[in-house]
Amino acid sequence: MSKIINSSEDEAGFAQPLYVPIKRRSFFMYAGATAGATALLLSGCSDDDDTVTPNGTVSLGSGDVGVLNYAYALEQLEAAFYAAVVKTPATDFKTGELAYFTQVAAHEAIHRDFFKAAINRDAPGKIIQDLTPDFSKITFTSRQSVLETARTFEDLGVAAYNGAGKYLKTAAYLVIAGQIVSVEARHAAYVRDLISNGTFADSSIIDATTGLDKAMEPVDVISAAQAFIKEKLDATSVGK
Amino acid sequence: MNIFRIIEQLSEVDADVLGRFDSRRAVFKTLGETAKKGALAAAPVFVASLFQKAYGQTTKPSVIEVLNYAQTLELLEEDFYAKMIAAGQVPTGAPAAAITLIKQHETAHVKLLDATIKALGGTPVTGIKFKSSVFPADYATQLAYAQALEDTGVRAYKGQAGNLMGAMAGTTNLLQVALQIHSVEARHAAHIRTMRAQPSWIPASDSSLPAPLGPVYTGAIPESNTTQSGVDITKLGAGYSATDAAASFDEILTMAEVTDASRAGGLIGA
Repeated sequence: MSKIINSSEDEAGFAQPLYVPIKRRSFFMYAGATAGATALLLSGCSDDDDTVTPNGTVSLGSGDVGVLNYAYALEQLEAAFYAAVVKTPATDFKTGELAYFTQVAAHEAIHRDFFKAAINRDAPGKIIQDLTPDFSKITFTSRQSVLETARTFEDLGVAAYNGAGKYLKTAAYLVIAGQIVSVEARHAAYVRDLISNGTFADSSIIDATTGLDKAMEPVDVISAAQAFIKEKLDATSVGK
Repeated sequence: MNIFRIIEQLSEVDADVLGRFDSRRAVFKTLGETAKKGALAAAPVFVASLFQKAYGQTTKPSVIEVLNYAQTLELLEEDFYAKMIAAGQVPTGAPAAAITLIKQHETAHVKLLDATIKALGGTPVTGIKFKSSVFPADYATQLAYAQALEDTGVRAYKGQAGNLMGAMAGTTNLLQVALQIHSVEARHAAHIRTMRAQPSWIPASDSSLPAPLGPVYTGAIPESNTTQSGVDITKLGAGYSATDAAASFDEILTMAEVTDASRAGGLIGA
């Protein structure tokens, strides 16, 4: 180890970029370098590269990348659902509802694509596979079935992000999760109001005494989402 | 990796570079020890954290400070809705029911934060009121202010998440509690926006609020932002519109931005 460090070739190679004149702006890069370093640690912290266990279960993984994969799994589910809603709209949608779902479909597809890009960049080889949705219990031609499923997914998504924030060790990821969860909450409120105006934050979802939304643990969320995903997911190590 | 060379170069653009470190002697002592232990691989991280400390924005606020900041906003909202109900302009039926429900949540948040701050040995902020001279007389403008307060609240809580990492009150994880309030504020914001015939999310360009409320959506990172964590959202997949890219992520506001007179700071008063 010390031999490598003392080698002049390595010293020169490592330090070279630092010898060019440093502009005031560029040295903030060094202050920001911990984010990159954290990403390196992330990619190095899990010892198995294979997210599929021998029995076919998809492990979401551990640590921060486990939380990111967990979010990625849920966003895959939501994106697939809304894509199907837009592809075969309910025959009894009211005016404006298809336009609404078209926008929500874009938001969720963006969340999915963002996590895919972020995980592949920060933790190469750790991303879970593309999941296969199971929407056999949803009647896409029925407005009521679509709205109720959307409510289930959005409320579940909010509770999932609320419960997972504490497992993130990287502040930047926590902020991203916060930036997404409030959009999910906006979706949840709106679809609830479509079902019955005024239920955006009623006592079925918000505790009337504390004024708090729900927060759920990853295993409980995955247990609820599992009915809509063909692959068996394992969330037991998420955030650990 | 030559730390001395880096600092020398920094001193050319920032004469005060050494003064920014806690103690120059301590820095070099720690560096020397790190090298001795053969842990030079960790040096980049150490150096980065050193510079982060030296050039970082400000010191992190304490948990009590964060909670009192949240309490300030909750008290402001609670008083606003109390004034709105008292003014008697809210139509009966669904509008009145929604405003009453939202007011109940804000009151619940005030009680929860008050108890939490006390449990942590802090002194909860009190007496925060929505400035009477600013309070609008008509229902439509009242709703606009409600939208401003809710969307500001969402941005404000989001901005403090990092400062609550690992914060506990007994066995209660305070970050989780803050997130559980945050998503309720987002639900409120969505409903109020719907009451104003606005999309429930914030599009790339939101000019729906009358002056002087526009700055709710501006800031160091405006709500129109379409780049997240260095990823250009519009270029993901087959490409997305700037409006969808902006709407799919809400943005933070810092404590200083929220309490600025152009935003919530200007709404607090007697």
